Amino acid sequence: MILPGTPSQTIGPFFAVALPWPDGPDVVPDGTPGAVRIGGRVLDGAGDPVPDALVETWQADPDGRFAHPDDPRGPATSGFRGFGRCATDAEGRWAIRTLKPGPLPAPGGGAEAPHLDLSVFARGLLNRLVTRIYFPDEAGANAADPLLASITDPAVRARLVAVVEEDGLRFDIRLQGDQETPFLAI
Amino acid sequence: MPGYRPEDPGTHPPLDFPGYRSTRLRHPHQPLVPLPHRLTEVTGPLLGSERVGETDHDLTVQHAGEPLGERIVVAGRVLDGDGRPVPGTLVEVWQANAGGRYRHDGDRHPAPLDPNFSGAGRCLTDTEGRFRFVTVKPGAYPWKNHPNAWRPAHIHFSVFGRAFTQRLITQMYFPGDPLFAHDPILHSVPEAARDRLVARFDLDGTVAEWALGYRWDIVLRGRQATPLEDEDDDR
Repeated sequence: MILPGTPSQTIGPFFAVALPWPDGPDVVPDGTPGAVRIGGRVLDGAGDPVPDALVETWQADPDGRFAHPDDPRGPATSGFRGFGRCATDAEGRWAIRTLKPGPLPAPGGGAEAPHLDLSVFARGLLNRLVTRIYFPDEAGANAADPLLASITDPAVRARLVAVVEEDGLRFDIRLQGDQETPFLAI
Repeated sequence: MPGYRPEDPGTHPPLDFPGYRSTRLRHPHQPLVPLPHRLTEVTGPLLGSERVGETDHDLTVQHAGEPLGERIVVAGRVLDGDGRPVPGTLVEVWQANAGGRYRHDGDRHPAPLDPNFSGAGRCLTDTEGRFRFVTVKPGAYPWKNHPNAWRPAHIHFSVFGRAFTQRLITQMYFPGDPLFAHDPILHSVPEAARDRLVARFDLDGTVAEWALGYRWDIVLRGRQATPLEDEDDDR
């Protein structure tokens, strides 16, 4: 039996009455050794900030394990939540505090470079947009990553790699335009 | 490690839908890049009871007094595309009050706020995938999309499922709403799939002399079949 799926609808402009959690951006608590700040801005096709977006992240722990029983290697024991949620502010800014994930085994004996999966919801988005964040200090692993390798234009590929800044890593999400973020079909 | 089935192209709205003006500058122009389902996609946050307070499922008891409006019960199940219940998954809802106003600074609709209504709820599905909310029926409200634009009454739903791939945010509508014909957000959904967003009146879910019942099931993506697939293995 295959049941027809429930369609997506926009999150609308008023989700802040329910979805933001005080600890949403804290994938790990303040003061966690090795924690990194990852954040940026969500911008529309005119380059204007999107002040009513919700960004969610999902990732493995530093050992490349997930807090989830469907990981065929068994669930992680680290207690790492793996999930982040942050609404954008008036300037379109979002940020989370997390630990860098480990690499993951890929089918065929290769490896996926450390990455976060990311969902973007907003007024004007009738379905979520999905993308990935990769790490700038992983040039070798990134070069061998199957998803990055599937993107032929190096300038486009580079948009999935976060940029080092003084206080952490920056990852801007451009919904539309010349510097559009590559979004993924899952 | 089976992935999840690809979305049926007749299910979701397109990202570019000119009738809904806000899509204009917010939809990507480039085609989406295919992402095969690997470990990050077949896993996802399993957020537990620590996220849900005792009265979070009942939006009518979160304040000193009762909210105004027509008291309703909205119940249903979260299922996957194979008809299996999704147990223990977090369901979050938010909505306007009975007058059509959200408790949000950005809502400029000059309808009264209700001091006894926040309009936010959450619960975890039970072992059979069931959820149940008590609330008041939200009002329709105007918006600026086009002249004399009104949204049909709706409740926003956010559901995690068991994998990143199943994450869904959507809206539930009420049967027979005359505004359906005029709402570009509902009309963005392929016609054959629209009625999946409309709850049905449920006399069995109605609490006599208390609240009208509505029934609405949410169907998330199912697993890709594999020759070795076995329900017992789907822990």
